[in-house]
Amino acid sequence: MSVSFPFSAIVGQDEMKRALLIAAVDARIGGVMVFGDRGTGKSTAVRALAALLPPVRADQAGYQDGTPRSGQVPVPFVDLPLGATEDRVVGALDLERALGAGIKAFEPGLLARANGGFLYIDEVNLLEDHIVDLLLDVAASGENVVEREGLSVRHPARFVLVGSGNPEEGELRPQLLDRFGLSVEVRTPQDLDQRVEILKRCDAFERSPAAFVEHWAADERATLASIARGRAGLPTVALPDAVLAFASRLCIAVGADGLRGELTLMRAARALAALEAVSEVTQAHVATIAPMALRHRLRRNVLDETGSTARILRALEEVAG
Amino acid sequence: MSGRAAGAPDPLADALIAARLCAADPGLGGIALRGGGELRDAVIAALRSHLPADAPLWRVPVHVDDDRLFGGLDLVATLAQGRAVQRAGLFVEAAGGVLVLAMADRLSDAVAGRIVAAMDGGGVGRALVVALDDGDGPDECPPAALLERLAFRIDLHDAKPVAAMQGGEDFGDAGTPQTPDAVLATLVATAAALGIETARAPLFALRAARAAARCAGRDAIGDEDLMLAARLVLAPRATRLPAEQPDDSPPPEPQPPDAPPPDAGDRDQPDGETRPLDDVVLEAALAALPKDVLAQIAAGGVRRGRTRASRGAGERRRSPARGRPVGVRPGVPGGGQRLSLIDTLRAAAPWQRLRRTADSASRVLVRRDDLRIRRFETRAESVTIFVVDASGSAALSRLAEAKGAVELLLADSYVQRAQVALIAFRGSGATVLLPPTRSLARARRSLAELPGGGGTPLAAGLRAAIDVADAARVRGQTPFVVLLTDGRANIAADGRAVRSVAAADASAAATALGRAGIAAAFLDISARPGPEGAALAAAMQARYLPLPRADAVRMHAAVRAVQPA
Repeated sequence: MSVSFPFSAIVGQDEMKRALLIAAVDARIGGVMVFGDRGTGKSTAVRALAALLPPVRADQAGYQDGTPRSGQVPVPFVDLPLGATEDRVVGALDLERALGAGIKAFEPGLLARANGGFLYIDEVNLLEDHIVDLLLDVAASGENVVEREGLSVRHPARFVLVGSGNPEEGELRPQLLDRFGLSVEVRTPQDLDQRVEILKRCDAFERSPAAFVEHWAADERATLASIARGRAGLPTVALPDAVLAFASRLCIAVGADGLRGELTLMRAARALAALEAVSEVTQAHVATIAPMALRHRLRRNVLDETGSTARILRALEEVAG
Repeated sequence: MSGRAAGAPDPLADALIAARLCAADPGLGGIALRGGGELRDAVIAALRSHLPADAPLWRVPVHVDDDRLFGGLDLVATLAQGRAVQRAGLFVEAAGGVLVLAMADRLSDAVAGRIVAAMDGGGVGRALVVALDDGDGPDECPPAALLERLAFRIDLHDAKPVAAMQGGEDFGDAGTPQTPDAVLATLVATAAALGIETARAPLFALRAARAAARCAGRDAIGDEDLMLAARLVLAPRATRLPAEQPDDSPPPEPQPPDAPPPDAGDRDQPDGETRPLDDVVLEAALAALPKDVLAQIAAGGVRRGRTRASRGAGERRRSPARGRPVGVRPGVPGGGQRLSLIDTLRAAAPWQRLRRTADSASRVLVRRDDLRIRRFETRAESVTIFVVDASGSAALSRLAEAKGAVELLLADSYVQRAQVALIAFRGSGATVLLPPTRSLARARRSLAELPGGGGTPLAAGLRAAIDVADAARVRGQTPFVVLLTDGRANIAADGRAVRSVAAADASAAATALGRAGIAAAFLDISARPGPEGAALAAAMQARYLPLPRADAVRMHAAVRAVQPA
């Protein structure tokens, strides 16, 4: 396996990094959608995070066929290529074993491999519709049901869905968008020094990956420690009623569709508090999370083209003030 | 040295240098060659000659199937051996060599997406990609995702074959050259000045400069390497000119050529050069800007992705029964779905030995699960929506000509079996005179009855156009809006005659139309086209056609030229 660019070495893009860390702390938040231009480090960040995370228990990751497993495996990270066929995604009959031994066996697909880890779709807006349907179903139920080719298999498929795409190249279906808990918009940093720093680090990494990773090892360990702390502290983080009310008022003010926005807002705020190792969620946490939890759930007004982020910030001011 | 930078270099010579650099550093991804005919072969041959003798070279036709490109089941071998035999895709076979994508401008975004994923997967023996672009005009170009990952794009249209032979000089090959910090700063500053957002561009430029220094046997990246990199890598990606950008794009740190950032110019001033390095490099890039890019930048247009530009010709839709084939999926024929025989056989092939029993030994056994159905892609029917300004300011002098032009366009639409709709705005609001129809007679009549005079409620007209266009989309049609106006709105959306509010409303409506991704053309029919029209057209992301004194026939010709085929 090739070495990943260290997560801590990514310059800027704080919102994206924060969203990914939150998703790593609490997988129930339901994935992250990253919107942005090409060459802004979207894929780099996602791959880096997966490489950073600690191993998980083998009985909670990958394809579970019912046999007990022990030990630990690396966090699954599965790339869903745009042209993937249904067979590859949901799994199919294992040809080798069927032909060789005459056994009707299930060959797990990408969904099974992603169980317990990350399913990453680059250019998700270009994904074929029938694959999107399939993903929506599995992402909602956390279980993949295969009824084809004489097979009848069901297995857990719980994963953090991470998508990235460029909205200019095709709209995302609202149903799919809604599945993503958080969404972030990334832009190229406009600060010249930052850009130089990016170039410097990318170049250093490309020239000698091992040395570069070594150089960043301490920072990676610190990031990892904060994730572990966040996960451990998550159940005990308190969520005061006043903050809950604030979150609800905010959702009403921006007119977010459905209740999923509120739920995500609450969960993500709690995860953020856990990540920062504080014991209680505050309004500030909610305010930090609000843009990424709500921006893709706003009903689009054809004539009001104020950006979603601006609308949320405006609502935040109103509700807080 | 500075004398050479000013003159425009020959594209073919550049292409040959690019080929040399790619061979030196495969991390550069490859080259996109636009036009050029046989000259491209010279470039490919040069690239091949710089690689090791056993490096593979594959030409990929545009209709390559996915199996061949990315690997899949080998039908013949599978049948013969009675077990699933996988065949490696071209990407694996071409590792370490060159993959030539013919007619890259026709590549679908989905195939390009997979090629790009294979390129990003990198690491294990990646192939250099040469994308041959036969596109004509700015809208026909290879998918942006692919171009993004090729360091070089060279337009060979103006190349002279005479210069062909002198590009392949033998360079030495020293070790990895050193990279002074100033080099990084210079490349980043140049990229920023040219409005290049992606972080890949400066990275490619750096690799190119380093490869150039290595080929020339220098132990550090020199000015000439930087200028070369700026010319070959950064210039083709430019989206704006450095001096005149402040208002239309948002960078907080504009980069006027006279004032390089303090940290870039003064760190390292090589050999008594009086001008800062940034300027020299930027100038080299500017000198190499292709003409059409300059024209586009001058017109205020930023180049957009291909998907955006090509909308309109009837967007692509999946269709079960007709159109261009786009692959197969498992399923049972019927209900308009047609069987794909070959793919069904391919699906059945691995099973034959298993399924074969004594009594059926001679037949190919196909089961229900093997069935594959074809999928096609068609062009949706298009609806041309005419939005005609019938207000006093526009109408009195020009309405007759506009009507004439619309009538000619109606006739075209009729010939193409497309539908037309007609919206007029005057006085205090807009009226849909004619909902989408194919009836030429009805369209003519409602046009003839269109009265003129009154205020210009441009916002109302645009909103009506958005409504009609949205409705058309819901029916699966592709709308194309043709707006004929002088752009001088004076009636607000709520009917008040306040000019400033009216202009703001019109601008908001135009932006909404642009954001909705509705293809449009803006015909400015005022006697003296002002900046309002151009600004509105930009907001609509529409083609802007100022036609101050055009008659009906010329207006018609102009719209025909921009109308999606």
